[in-house]
Amino acid sequence: MSSNPFTLTSPTRHTQVIPLRHEVQVLQDMAQTAGFGRKYVKAFVSGFFIAVPVTVTALDRLAYVARVEGASMQPSLNPQGASSSDVVLLNRWSVRNYEVQRGDIVSVVSPKNPKQKIIKRVIALEGDFIKTLGYKNRYVRVPDGHLWIEGDHHGHSFDSNTFGPVSLGLLHGRASHIIWPPTRWQRIRPCVPPDRRPLFDGRGSEDDGDDVNDDDNTK
Amino acid sequence: MSARLYSKVLGFLGYTLQYSCIAHCTFEYVGEFVVCSGPSMEPTITNHDVVFSERLSRHLYRIEKGDIVIAKSPFDPNMNICKRVIGLEGDKVCTSGPSDTFKTHTFVPRGHVWLEGDNLQNSTDSRSYGPVPYGLIRGRVCLKLWPPHSVGTLTESPNAGRILRTE
Repeated sequence: MSSNPFTLTSPTRHTQVIPLRHEVQVLQDMAQTAGFGRKYVKAFVSGFFIAVPVTVTALDRLAYVARVEGASMQPSLNPQGASSSDVVLLNRWSVRNYEVQRGDIVSVVSPKNPKQKIIKRVIALEGDFIKTLGYKNRYVRVPDGHLWIEGDHHGHSFDSNTFGPVSLGLLHGRASHIIWPPTRWQRIRPCVPPDRRPLFDGRGSEDDGDDVNDDDNTK
Repeated sequence: MSARLYSKVLGFLGYTLQYSCIAHCTFEYVGEFVVCSGPSMEPTITNHDVVFSERLSRHLYRIEKGDIVIAKSPFDPNMNICKRVIGLEGDKVCTSGPSDTFKTHTFVPRGHVWLEGDNLQNSTDSRSYGPVPYGLIRGRVCLKLWPPHSVGTLTESPNAGRILRTE
């Protein structure tokens, strides 16, 4: 078999394959090394046409890469302002059941403009009481199935203090890593600004949320 | 022998991955079949009807007034609701029920839609929880597939008067 690799392809088959010279070469190489080479090449060629759905699915279900624009998350993201914008990895698998923690940086579909996604920090979960910064009510209980999100740069952020709590269904992903620029490569750890802790959370205990965050850090 | 088994397992896993990805893309960007339950859309859609909802017009932002849409419930993202779009952003909508003596109106804020069931007496919709963000809409119902005697028919809203045409 290895002495004449063309025995692999029948004459009719041969003429079909000829224009793809590279593929013939691959066929020969693979035939010499392993018996399942031909099957593999066939799977590879058909897999190329599958690559698009696979990529789309991976971007939808697993992870998404996005560039952060604007100053609303300074100093956590974009610390140098407009001169260099960060690229973040959005973990979409971890939010498939709409589970987030206080302090996570998440991307949500903007309630004011569905074509836009905004990236903010989760301040309060459903059931939490929160003191707002300039919302129409001074104290708010976050309704069921909603999140209270704020940018780190108070006063320069278009967040829940403007449009109120956002529905969990608008959740898009959780920012898990900064991947660009390389000097800033790091994991994003959940942290709630100390002055933005909920007055009391939906489960009744003051420090419950912090314990959950610590557990996640040790993983 | 083990190499053959290995390649077989690998091939099977590959095919599973391929077809699940194709299925995901189809359900995500083309359309999906939905079994509706609950009385809120009677008489247009009754309990246990099967409908086909297409996702394209949601992704292309082509949802119009009078369309029936499937949306995530604003209070429970795992639950879906099926309602009719009464108003788009900037539209004036009537917030009071049909039997109320005083009519109240409001404007739909930017990026939101106003959803109401066709069965106004028995529907929890925007009249109780307010406008719904457009991002929660999953698809537009375009075909009824079950029961057989009403395949393909989606009647106009019985409360057409509630859709205010401002243009």
